Amino acid sequence: MKRFLIFLATLLAALAILPGAQAAGGKLVLTGSSTVAPLALEIGKRFEAMNPGVRVDVQTGGSSRGVADAMNGLADIGLVSRALKPEETKTLTAHTLALDGVALIVHAGNPVRQLDDAQIKAIYTGQTRNWRAAGGADLPITVVNKAEGRSTLELFLHYTGLKNSQIRAQAVIGDNQQGIKTVAGNPGAIGYVSIGAAEYAVEHGVPIKLLPMAGVPATTGAVRSGRFPLSRPLNLVTRGAPSPLAARFIAFARSPAVRDLIEAQYFVPPPR
Amino acid sequence: MRRSSDSLLKPLTAALAGISALLLVGMLGFLLAESWPALAHGGWLRFASLDWYPLEGRFGLTAMCIATLAVAALATLLAAPLGLACALFARFQAPPALAAGFRGLLALMAGVPSVVYGFWGLTVLVPLLARWQPPGASLLAAGLVLALMILPTVALLAHAALAAVPRTLLDGAAALGLSRRATLLKVAVPAARRGIGGGVLLGLARALGETMAVLMVAGNVVQLPASVFDPVRVLTANIALEMAYATGTHRAGLFVSGLLLALLALGLAWFAARLEPRHA
Repeated sequence: MKRFLIFLATLLAALAILPGAQAAGGKLVLTGSSTVAPLALEIGKRFEAMNPGVRVDVQTGGSSRGVADAMNGLADIGLVSRALKPEETKTLTAHTLALDGVALIVHAGNPVRQLDDAQIKAIYTGQTRNWRAAGGADLPITVVNKAEGRSTLELFLHYTGLKNSQIRAQAVIGDNQQGIKTVAGNPGAIGYVSIGAAEYAVEHGVPIKLLPMAGVPATTGAVRSGRFPLSRPLNLVTRGAPSPLAARFIAFARSPAVRDLIEAQYFVPPPR
Repeated sequence: MRRSSDSLLKPLTAALAGISALLLVGMLGFLLAESWPALAHGGWLRFASLDWYPLEGRFGLTAMCIATLAVAALATLLAAPLGLACALFARFQAPPALAAGFRGLLALMAGVPSVVYGFWGLTVLVPLLARWQPPGASLLAAGLVLALMILPTVALLAHAALAAVPRTLLDGAAALGLSRRATLLKVAVPAARRGIGGGVLLGLARALGETMAVLMVAGNVVQLPASVFDPVRVLTANIALEMAYATGTHRAGLFVSGLLLALLALGLAWFAARLEPRHA
């Protein structure tokens, strides 16, 4: 009994001390896009290992939070998975960390080789419901859309000019892997996921196919060269000149030392 | 020594029970506080609509609420008779060695993590359904996966309830010369009905609260299903899908989903408690 009470007291004491322990040492706060956050976290770990005493704290909350936090100083660096808007560039500076492309994917057995923008819109708004109307077999189309708040959805809506409420989906998914599995398991499905993740799946024999966009093949090479239309930069943004520590982190994150981390997350290192 | 630890037991258990109760109340309070920005703006009515487009300011939860109940009800309707049949078989019909093995299998099934059922559903069941009735991810797929998940709970509790039926009742039935079928269905099952009902309610509660498995197979489209082959989104999946990416009113709207779910679970608990007192 006594031992249990001591255990309880220790636990409470540990809980009380814990928040205080984080305050010491050089610390960087990064907040924003959930697409960039996992990558920033990995880079942060490597940065911490090379700079003892430094702590890199990464929090998600969307690109809008990244912009807002960098703007009002709540974060040292904002994580933003899009190009900055003209009015934002007046106060913020973007440092491109990597590029991300979104590709339309269909089942590998689907004979359709490409879709133009009007066809994509017609399929996603439910006007085209059968692959025959898009040059394919007589098979109902299963439209796979992303859940609201996802940055891939935002990019797709921006490209097609649609509102999410106009889309008539038969399945709504969360992450890329769920999207790839859903399309691989349904010969009539069409979805969109990060190109890196889709390429990786194709290399490992998953029965999906990447469709070209506006005639440009969906490859990481096309994303790197900037020719692929459905792509976006992943940015670290700062307000004015970054602090010395933040500047060191940004330089490290853009160096070849983290190239393997970028590729491990299916993103494309920017050309240098 | 013994006396002192006994005198400690009461305040200690009281304190721990008090903490549990406080945590529950605190959680409800937290849900209410986090949902407040959405509830205060525009009131309750905006949640009564069918459309869920939080980024466009539309927060209808009705379709998801109905889908949640439909999925849980379908799973329970499938699992209850199957579970009862499993229990009757294991308790009365199977040879002892087989019955023990069968119960072990059910216990094992009850311990499999839900994400495993979900993964099986996504890679096996949904493609099968898609070949028959596209898109495959649907109310039916979610109901089937959930039924499989709650089947062991229902079966094991029904088995325990049947095992607790007094021997004298069964002997009496045998003495009256009742057939095996009549003994089981007209004597044993009615005598154990409260325990069986409790197991079904527990299964229903688990079906209502299940997240990952449903998220993977239900299709997650916010709509009123016209048939069991239509994709639906349940309240738990709504939170899991969007919470990581939500800010502001969107986030508060998700907390309203959580609040609604908590109220559904409380309603179920209240219903179960109403069944209980007559038990003794």
